[in-house]
Amino acid sequence: MNGDEAVRAHSASLPAPTFPDPAFVTPKPLSSATVAIVTSAALHASDDNAFSAGDTGFRLIDSARRDLVLGHWSPNFDRSAVTIDLNVVYPIDRLEELAAQGIIGAVAPRHVSFAGNQPDDVATIRLDTGPAAAAALVADGVDVVILTPV
Amino acid sequence: MSVLAHVFEAAGIATVVLSSVREMAVKAAPPRALHCEFPLGRPLGKPSDPDFQHDVLRRAFALLDADHGPVLVDHPVTIIADDTAVSCTLPPRFDPTLAPAVDESNGLRRAYDRSRLRRGVTSVGRVVDADGVPAALAVLDAIANGADWKSAGIPGGNTTAVCHDIRTYYEEAALELVDGPLPAARALEDWFFERTEAGATVLAARKAISASGAKAPVWFYMAPATR
Repeated sequence: MNGDEAVRAHSASLPAPTFPDPAFVTPKPLSSATVAIVTSAALHASDDNAFSAGDTGFRLIDSARRDLVLGHWSPNFDRSAVTIDLNVVYPIDRLEELAAQGIIGAVAPRHVSFAGNQPDDVATIRLDTGPAAAAALVADGVDVVILTPV
Repeated sequence: MSVLAHVFEAAGIATVVLSSVREMAVKAAPPRALHCEFPLGRPLGKPSDPDFQHDVLRRAFALLDADHGPVLVDHPVTIIADDTAVSCTLPPRFDPTLAPAVDESNGLRRAYDRSRLRRGVTSVGRVVDADGVPAALAVLDAIANGADWKSAGIPGGNTTAVCHDIRTYYEEAALELVDGPLPAARALEDWFFERTEAGATVLAARKAISASGAKAPVWFYMAPATR
C-alpha cells in the first residue's frame, strides 16, 4: 500500500459528522460572484502566526500575498507540490485569470486557511472557528468558495 | 473540508469542495463536491499546469448550476502518486569528522539558499532555521547511536517540528537540483527517506525513540505513517 492509499484508507474510516438539515445556497451567476479559497493546507503568510500542532483556528490570507508558508503538521502527504507551484493547493493565480476573463466576477480580498488534521469530532471548526471564518468572508462580500483539502 | 462546506453554506456562501477522500465526501455529503482522485497534497492535480488546474476549476464551478444537493461528481482523470525517488545529486562527503547527515546538510546549503531567494519564502523555521539544521541532525544522529532522546537536546523539544524543518530544508534544496520533469507526488519524500543520509538518520532516531518505550506521539509523526 503506498502512502496515499494508506492515508485514504485511514481517512475513509474516520467518523463523519452528520448535518440533518443542510443548507443549500443558490448563488448569483458566477460571472458576477466574488470567489474565495478555503484551504486546509495550513498555509499562512510568512509574517503571520504559525499553526500549532492540533491548531483548530484559521488564518486569513490577503489576496495579494504569495509568500505563504506551509504550516501543516502531517508528514503524510506530498509537500513538494506547493513548493513547486502554490496554485496546485491555493489556486489564486487561476482565480485572477478567471476574473480577468470575466468568468468569475471578482477574486475575494481575503482567503481562509485551516489545518487539515483536526480532532475527530471537528467540534471547534463546526461551532466556533468555522462560523467565524465564514463571517469574515461574508463581511468581504464573498458569494462562492472553493475548498481545497490537504 | 466537507464540514467547513456545510458551515460556510449555512452562512449564505455557496461552496464547492475538491474532494480527496471519496468515502468521506459520500458520508459527510457537502452541498457540492468534485471528487479528484489526485495525489494527496495536490488538490488541483498538477503543479505548474495552468490548463489542467483551470479544467479542475471549470468542472468544480459547473456544479454551482445544480438546483439542489448534495452533488458529487468525479473528475474523469485519476493521477496516482509515483513512489519512485526523484534523481537528485547529493553532495560528496566533505568533512569526515562530521556525521554523514550533518556533512550532507552543509553541502546542500547553497541550493537551499537559491530556493529561498527564488521563491522569497521558506517553510523551514518551525523550531530551527537553515542554520540550525546541521545541529538538529547531529542531535538525531546521537539519538540513533544510543543517546537518551530526553536529554539529547532536541530543538524545541519537539520531534515532529524538527523533522519537518529538516525534511523541508532538503526538499526545498532538492527542487533546485533535480533535472528533467517536475517530481511526481511523493518522489521527493522517497528521495529524502531512501536516498539521503538525513532521511536515514530521521528513521533511525525514530526507531530508537520508539524502542526506548516513548509514547507514540513522540516519534510517530517524525516520518510518514507508512515508513
